[in-house]
Amino acid sequence: MLQVQSLTKRFGPILAVDDVSFTVAKGEVLGFLGPNGAGKSTTMKMVTGFLSPTAGTAIVCGHDIQKSPIEAKRCIGYLPEGAPLYPDMTPQSFLGFTAAIRGMTGSDRASAISRAMALTELQQVASQPIETLSKGFKRRVGLAQALVHDPEVLVLDEPTDGLDPNQKHQVRQIIHEMAAEKTIIISTHILEEVDAVCSRALIIAKGRIVADGTPAELTARSPIHNAVTLRLRKTPPAGELKALGQIAGVASVESLSELGAPAYRVIPADGTPILQPVSKYVSDKNWEIEEIHLEKGHLDDVFRRVTTGTEAAAA
Amino acid sequence: MSASTDIRSVRVIFTRELTGYFSTPVAYVFLIVFLALAGAMAFYIGNFFSRNQADLDAFFVFHPWLYLFLMPAIAMRLWAEERKSGTVELLFTLPVATWHAVLGKFFAAWVFAGIALALTFPIWISINILGDPDNGPVVAGYIGSFLMAGAYLAIGSCISATTKNQIIAFVLAAVLCFLFTLGGTNMVLGFFQSFLPQSLVELIGSFSVLNHFTEIRKGVIDLTDLIYFFSVMGVFLFATVLVLDLKKGQ
Ligand SMILES: Nc1ncnc2c1ncn2[C@@H]1O[C@H](COP(=O)(O)OP(=O)(O)OP(=O)(O)O)[C@@H](O)[C@H]1O
Ligand SMILES: [Mg+2]
Repeated sequence: MLQVQSLTKRFGPILAVDDVSFTVAKGEVLGFLGPNGAGKSTTMKMVTGFLSPTAGTAIVCGHDIQKSPIEAKRCIGYLPEGAPLYPDMTPQSFLGFTAAIRGMTGSDRASAISRAMALTELQQVASQPIETLSKGFKRRVGLAQALVHDPEVLVLDEPTDGLDPNQKHQVRQIIHEMAAEKTIIISTHILEEVDAVCSRALIIAKGRIVADGTPAELTARSPIHNAVTLRLRKTPPAGELKALGQIAGVASVESLSELGAPAYRVIPADGTPILQPVSKYVSDKNWEIEEIHLEKGHLDDVFRRVTTGTEAAAA
Repeated sequence: MSASTDIRSVRVIFTRELTGYFSTPVAYVFLIVFLALAGAMAFYIGNFFSRNQADLDAFFVFHPWLYLFLMPAIAMRLWAEERKSGTVELLFTLPVATWHAVLGKFFAAWVFAGIALALTFPIWISINILGDPDNGPVVAGYIGSFLMAGAYLAIGSCISATTKNQIIAFVLAAVLCFLFTLGGTNMVLGFFQSFLPQSLVELIGSFSVLNHFTEIRKGVIDLTDLIYFFSVMGVFLFATVLVLDLKKGQ
């Protein structure tokens, strides 16, 4: 559906995208993550045919974006970063324009426009000049424009930026509903969004791919994945606490002072499951437990590690 | 890519652009300024009435100089504005070829200029009421003026594609149009005459908008004049496409 082949983009001395390759299949929602300036938008601009790559290309629905750009662009819906729009048009006339340029006419066009407006809840501002719309509504007009022709491939650059919580939920819902039928790439800085809508996440830093996997796989790379957090009524004897750290599979025991009561995090070696032996040990020793909790890990931690170079060889 | 989809793309862009002109007050300000200047030049500088002749020479003679500023003012926003606001990314990720957008925008600007020109019709009516003019040269004058507007707009379109700053686009386009006009004045040709052979001087003169417009204004629309204006438009619109395609790499 979408193949990105060794895309490279150089702006003078800046290597913005460095030999990036990946494939997204139909039914996949790829979350494109990375710090500011990592090259996400630049990659998307090349995939959608706005920028010419320095090297490499992208194949969209079987069409090379370099060799047959018009055919490739027909099956893409694209929301550019910042959702640029013609300020003097209304959402109605703007969607009419994009639908017409995509060859829709008459009642087909009218129903495509009303469907896109209904999905993004734009009806109430349909004939208000775009320049007078709030930021979130502008973003929604951009999104409606990307959806109006029901494209096979959707490329959305920070689609939920500036939306209220209800609209964020709505947009994730839309993506979710369309996912099975389409190939979707979204870039975002909201990591919960990745868990919520993406079937796969790709992290890039300084123009290179540094991690690629399902959200669960990436989360599993967190150092506290499968860690057990304990909160106790009383501080246990130092000897027993030391022995906890020597159970097979346990790497270390950290004291968590911020929880107030005596609390500890038992960190596994290499993410091995240690809940069973730890809980058995705790009940054997008759520690009075206020709370016991299995950690899944956080995408934030993984993101920070892979993009700041502390897990340099990870990719 | 069939011809019908090509035409559709150009037409859709043309329509959006032309409606765009009238959705802001800029269009009306422009029309008023154009009519006021065209009228004022004809009446005050050209002594339209006191010449006591029923023709529009006094009106048309200033058009090359009027267009020198007014056409770059229309053309400056064609691409510079899209680039500045980022909508160029939207436009060029839609399934349109660069030349569709270039032609659509150019035709919209040209038709807009045509509307401004057409709105000067009262001056034509008035000479027909006051006298008994030969309407042939008047029609030719309007056609020549419209062609000249197209040539200047194509030049302006090309310059506008090179920058995201509308002021720069305006100034550079005005300078380039000025050179194209000035090339036909006796002052410039006289200067070249002092050291170039006559044939070369004539060549320079033949590139001048002014000379071709003057020829048409006399009432004879010669094929060479038509070829000249359409070539200027063709060359600069083609250059616009090249500039835009080149900018895709940046
Ligand atoms: N037109 C340009 N000219 C020069 N450098 C550019 C240009 N566009 C992008 N860059 C550079 O390329 C790099 C990647 O930028 P890009 O916009 O792709 O980042 P991003 O991952 O989308 O970041 P963000 O999360 O902030 O949106 C940056 O260093 C940026 O400064
Ligand atoms: Mg970006």
